[in-house]
Amino acid sequence: MSLENRSNAAVSRPAPPGKSVWRMSYRLEYDSSRARSPWWTPILSVVLALVLCAIFIAANGMSPITVYERMFRGAFGTAYGFTETMVKAIPLLLCGLGIAVAYRISVWNIGAEGQLTVGAMAATAVTIYCPGLSSFWSILLMLLLGIAAGALWGLMTAVPRTHFGVNELITSLMLNYVALLALDYVVFGPWKDPKGFNFPGSPMFTAAQSLPVLGSTRLHIGLVFGLVAVLIYFLMIRFTRWGYELKLMGANPAAARYAGIHIKRHIIIVMLISGGLAGVAGMAEVSGVTHKLMQGISPGYGYTAIIVAWLAKLNPLGLILTSVLFGGLIVGGYSVQTIGLPSSISEMLQGSILFFLIAGEMIHRFRIRRSV
Amino acid sequence: MDFTTQLLIAAISAGTPLLLATLGGILNERAGIIQLGADGLMLMGAVTTCIVYLRTGNLWLALLATVAVTAVFGLLHSFLCVTLRANQTMSGLAMTLFGSGLSAYLGKPVSGIPLPGTSPKLHLPWLEPIPVLGPIFGRMDYLTWLSLLLVLVLHLLIHRTSWGLHLRAVGDNPATADVMGIRVQLIRYSYVIAGAALIGLAGADMVLAYAPTWNEGLTAGRGWIAVGLVIFARWNPLRALFCACFFGALDSLGFRIQLLGSTVPPYFLKMIPYIVTILVLMYLGYRNRNKPSGTPEALGVPYIREQRF
Repeated sequence: MSLENRSNAAVSRPAPPGKSVWRMSYRLEYDSSRARSPWWTPILSVVLALVLCAIFIAANGMSPITVYERMFRGAFGTAYGFTETMVKAIPLLLCGLGIAVAYRISVWNIGAEGQLTVGAMAATAVTIYCPGLSSFWSILLMLLLGIAAGALWGLMTAVPRTHFGVNELITSLMLNYVALLALDYVVFGPWKDPKGFNFPGSPMFTAAQSLPVLGSTRLHIGLVFGLVAVLIYFLMIRFTRWGYELKLMGANPAAARYAGIHIKRHIIIVMLISGGLAGVAGMAEVSGVTHKLMQGISPGYGYTAIIVAWLAKLNPLGLILTSVLFGGLIVGGYSVQTIGLPSSISEMLQGSILFFLIAGEMIHRFRIRRSV
Repeated sequence: MDFTTQLLIAAISAGTPLLLATLGGILNERAGIIQLGADGLMLMGAVTTCIVYLRTGNLWLALLATVAVTAVFGLLHSFLCVTLRANQTMSGLAMTLFGSGLSAYLGKPVSGIPLPGTSPKLHLPWLEPIPVLGPIFGRMDYLTWLSLLLVLVLHLLIHRTSWGLHLRAVGDNPATADVMGIRVQLIRYSYVIAGAALIGLAGADMVLAYAPTWNEGLTAGRGWIAVGLVIFARWNPLRALFCACFFGALDSLGFRIQLLGSTVPPYFLKMIPYIVTILVLMYLGYRNRNKPSGTPEALGVPYIREQRF
């Protein structure tokens, strides 16, 4: 790195002349101009997180290598496991993309879980109240209502932020709990399947209300939704004025404000998109995977998607890779349950990956210098 | 006992974990570090209390272990945010996710096993005959008394001592504090660690007084409510007391209404604390739109000595 790049960094002072140089000391120097972390930090943080969790697994009396091998084989080793991984990757990709859009301008939306849930509820409402529609119309209506519900939930986070100055982290998280309680209400109450043996859940969707799947697997067309959304986002960031303004706000919010960019409007738009994408994920989940609305429709996809987005450095193409990785992590977590480990091990791994990731983003800005 | 007294008792018992967590958050944020890991810390505190209490049968040892474990988490947070100057929002979020995962993993063997005892209560027989005060203060937990004491101590500490002046200086303007010879990093480290330990105690109180067994995700987002309460209380321990009691009352109101035989589905009653949090914060934002909110001015801004301006 050249000297002029480090102009605002701490420049080490030369030792005063005439003084003895025998005494040596080391010190940490912080260089804020090195803003981009190298490409290998995400990989390194995943590896370090695996090592950290290995300690906890070993403390539980298991061999970490066996556990990781089983997780990997469960997630990627068989054709069934791989399609399951892809099935889990779909909601992660959609939610993660929505989160990446918001985080790009430092809108910390952690409400993807709730937005996904209301999306799933809206899609189910179509099957309950308009049961006789043809395949095309019912899927289209479910998709549109899912987007609308998710976007509305996102709007309920955005407006308190823009017009009342309320931290969006708190609002979006509170709304997650509201959405989950609303889900409980409908599956135990008005939408409960009368033929469901008193089990909480809506009636099964008909074939016309289900998304088409690939062959005999559970992999559904939602994957195409996700990939199309990534492509649209990628193109919009690259080639539109909106994408340029988003990038500018992310890079320097003060400069963006002075340039006359309407920040409030952008926050609202971004939260509508973020919520809408999570709503699509919810719709795809009920219509493509579970085929009915029930409790625990999402095993924390909304939270995992935060790490997925951050690990991909908010890059839409990187998101495809990280969402498959984390889909594998979830499936792998299920597959170690058979040897008596709780599946929360994958949650633990996710949290520690995030820890190492944010530390790794900063640590390369430091260098150890020898001052003589 | 009439309905109001019962509600007051329930409000104080439900408000204690919120109060402890809010006080911890205030300490963190007064030093200029955002603490969003409160929920994860509370879960870690709760699970540590359960495990140690069940293994040893000694409550005080369990509380000590809780303080130690959550202090380590606080150390991690301060290392990331103070030394490495990492993104404080993401660090807190990572702590929440890691805490909920690790607590579920560690708590699996003790899940559902009732604890040997609940929070010990301090009996004050001379208070009992007084009508309203008696039932409320006559049989209160030690932890509740501790939290009330802490309100007073922290209030005096922050506003009446030179330590508190240093703390506020570090939170408002670390560069000036640094020039004055205050050790910014040391102060930030110590208050973040102390705050994390308090939040851990909040988790311990939750499991002891509220639900005397460990369940995965036991806090149900109360750590996040505490994050909101810090703002609601405007970073002031005395206000935190009233805010925590208010939210404790809301929390237990739903349950009380259900006992009275209301026909409203319980799911809607459980939504009350979450929705009220948002509404209160919106009201505060509206009312204080042209006023300083009381936020420590350097909140969330890492301090870099080499970039003093």
